[in-house]
Amino acid sequence: MSDLEVFRKETRAWLEKNCPPEMRKPVQSEEEICWGGRKWKFHSEAQRVWLERMAEKGWTVPEWPKEYCGGGLSREEAKILQKEMRALGCRSPLDSFGIWMLGPALLKYGSEEQKREYLPQIVQGKIRWCQGYSEPNAGSDLASLATKAEDKGNHFLVNGQKIWTSYADKADWIFCLVRTDFSAPKHEGISFILFDMDSKGVSTKPILLISGKSPFCETFFDNVEVPKKNLVGQLNKGWEIAKYLLTHERAMIGGMGLRAAGRPVSQIAADSVGLDAEGRLADPVLRGKIAEVSIDEMAFVFALERAGDLAKAGQANPAFSSVLKYYGSELNKRRHELLMAAGGSAALEWESPRSKQGALARAWLRTKANSIEGGTSEVQLNIVAKRILDLPGA
Amino acid sequence: MPLVLNDEQGLLRDSARGFLAKNAPVSHLRKLRDQRDETGFSRALWKQFAEMGFAGILIPEEFGGAGLGYVEAGVVMEEIGRTLTPSPFLSTALLCAGTIARAGSEAQKKEHLGKIAAGERIGAFAIDEHSKHNPAQIALSAKRSGNGFSLNGAKGIVVDGHVADFLIVAARTSGEPGETKGITLFIVDPKTKGIETERTIMVDSHNAARISFDNAQVNADAVLGEVDQGWKIIEGALNVGRAAVASELVGAGEEAFARTANYLKERKQFGKRIGEFQALQHRAAHLYCEIEITRAAVLKALQTLDEHFDHAGSIVSVAKARAGASATLAVQEAMQMHGGFGMTDEFDIGFFMKRVRVGQELFGDSNFHADQLARLNRY
Ligand SMILES: Cc1cc2nc3c(=O)[nH]c(=O)nc-3n(C[C@H](O)[C@H](O)[C@H](O)COP(=O)(O)OP(=O)(O)OC[C@H]3O[C@@H](n4cnc5c(N)ncnc54)[C@H](O)[C@@H]3O)c2cc1C
Repeated sequence: MSDLEVFRKETRAWLEKNCPPEMRKPVQSEEEICWGGRKWKFHSEAQRVWLERMAEKGWTVPEWPKEYCGGGLSREEAKILQKEMRALGCRSPLDSFGIWMLGPALLKYGSEEQKREYLPQIVQGKIRWCQGYSEPNAGSDLASLATKAEDKGNHFLVNGQKIWTSYADKADWIFCLVRTDFSAPKHEGISFILFDMDSKGVSTKPILLISGKSPFCETFFDNVEVPKKNLVGQLNKGWEIAKYLLTHERAMIGGMGLRAAGRPVSQIAADSVGLDAEGRLADPVLRGKIAEVSIDEMAFVFALERAGDLAKAGQANPAFSSVLKYYGSELNKRRHELLMAAGGSAALEWESPRSKQGALARAWLRTKANSIEGGTSEVQLNIVAKRILDLPGA
Repeated sequence: MPLVLNDEQGLLRDSARGFLAKNAPVSHLRKLRDQRDETGFSRALWKQFAEMGFAGILIPEEFGGAGLGYVEAGVVMEEIGRTLTPSPFLSTALLCAGTIARAGSEAQKKEHLGKIAAGERIGAFAIDEHSKHNPAQIALSAKRSGNGFSLNGAKGIVVDGHVADFLIVAARTSGEPGETKGITLFIVDPKTKGIETERTIMVDSHNAARISFDNAQVNADAVLGEVDQGWKIIEGALNVGRAAVASELVGAGEEAFARTANYLKERKQFGKRIGEFQALQHRAAHLYCEIEITRAAVLKALQTLDEHFDHAGSIVSVAKARAGASATLAVQEAMQMHGGFGMTDEFDIGFFMKRVRVGQELFGDSNFHADQLARLNRY
């Protein structure tokens, strides 16, 4: 048996033994997703145990180095772990901006001290992070941000406002873009800093979304003191880090829809429109559209796999994450349009136990943000045109 | 297995690309068309294919082939797609040789494989009878007669049928059209009495034929595999054909796209290069995304054929459906973004559009494969 086969067998056995049965059922509501952090209240004992066991092995982040408490797995091993988890229906033990966004940036740009300080806490789900990038006047044109950090000797003094800060009210810490030089060209006066959301002068105000939920906030900084050692990388060189982090965020958002996929659209449609004598969906047009989206979803799974393999082989263009972000988020929107079409009027009940309080409709509305958050689809296409196709003036 | 080409496969791609760019660029196809060449391909070039090891790519080494896999076959097909090179590679090296190598008797292997690998024998795979691909609908009948069978019926769009030295014919030995049971494969000499072959000049200047069978007699030893049990062999062959054509479509689509991207950087209007217009940038970027997603699916299909041949059906359908759709988008956008020049026969883009249309149709178009996937998933 090859080493990988041994690993597969051992992994399967370990998962079967250690993944609680409740954690092998599809996530039914957003509340069942585990985000961790100081303020986290576990939804169930199973959720707590699952996170604890996976974190102990470093398998919340399988490919991070062991020295920072990651799993230390090779790409092929990580693929096997993912496959085996999928086969058993295991939930993700931990969702986290620390894993998806900050961690990769710290691994590349952080000081040794910062890595030792923050990475293990991310792996173990002890600190929940939020992302302070967007401002009311700096959206797609992110580099025009104006939140300022002044050098006060042993600390920075931060003043300004962020907006659309996801889970700012639930997060423990923020990774934040600030302007440290107002006279330099806009990309050259930005720094990347980290601070505790409990710091004096930080306040958050939730914003209600069309889905009826308020996962994001306006975030205000009023004379917040941030220790100088919380600067990541060099002063005024934060834009490079910000962009690098975005490539990870984008790849993550692209794959998000697939992770969340619950019951197949075809089954939901079968419930509402029925099957014909040959066992096909009785609405042939809907059937065709469902098949097309399924084809694109399967292909997209392979594209994600390939992107990871190309990166590992050192053959990837970093801008490729824009391809995944653009395609994956648009695909997820298509998928949810079909889910609504398949669900019919039953899916429209907003406040009813029958519809699980409008779960399908709320999820559908939430997906509209997929092509906005992390940079809009149009911005991704601009990046592909410029960084990959090298088109003039792009 | 990583979803990227390994080093040897990368070298194969480079050598196929270099070889085809030098010996058979699009102008090669144009010349064959303009000269109204009777065979529609170059035998000298096919000999070179054999010398490169391409003709025997799927043939085991013991029979004189290269003993490579489907990923390698796809790599060559993709390069063929870039240059639109007409050759018996698909019909002979992939469909016929592959089928005989997988399902043929020792005698059949000995008879055909070495000659195919040497570039001395051309075969054609005769399946479809109707305008739209639907292999279960096979009606051409094979009735027992004497110590063999008598064939009656007709086949359409037989790729390379007019130049084939032998045909693999799917015929019904029992059951009704629509049923997958009761189909048998035969290896048939096209010069057999009762067989008529009509070359059909196709839109893409590639080769195909209509072949009719009127009481054509074949011996019992012409049966490939077992009587009534041909479906599984056909499915395997078709999956190979689909993945191969999908690879060709990736190559053709990508080449059309590359030419278009270049044009966007050169052509000037309103005092700007047209690639500066965001309306075109976004369409080009979208197309790039579509092609890349497809490329991953096609490589996955080829790898799956190599690793789990009998379980490749749904992934192959995904690959073929995607390849048909994204190559179609590529040539449509190419045509539009070249303006009036794209519409001229002198410009090559039209050749790409024509070939992609044929590739979309071969072995099932995107709609067929969407339906196929829905069936496989029971909805
Ligand atoms: C659910 C959700 C969660 C989010 N979470 C976070 C978070 O945690 N942290 C954070 O910092 N931010 C977050 N964001 C903010 C997000 O990154 C921004 O909304 C996004 O970058 C777009 O900025 P904007 O909203 O100001 O839109 P604008 O930039 O004003 O865009 C408006 C429209 O103009 C188009 N447009 C703009 N520029 C161009 C151009 N050059 N070419 C073509 N079209 C263009 C856009 O594509 C869009 O269609 C979140 C957003 C959402 C919806």
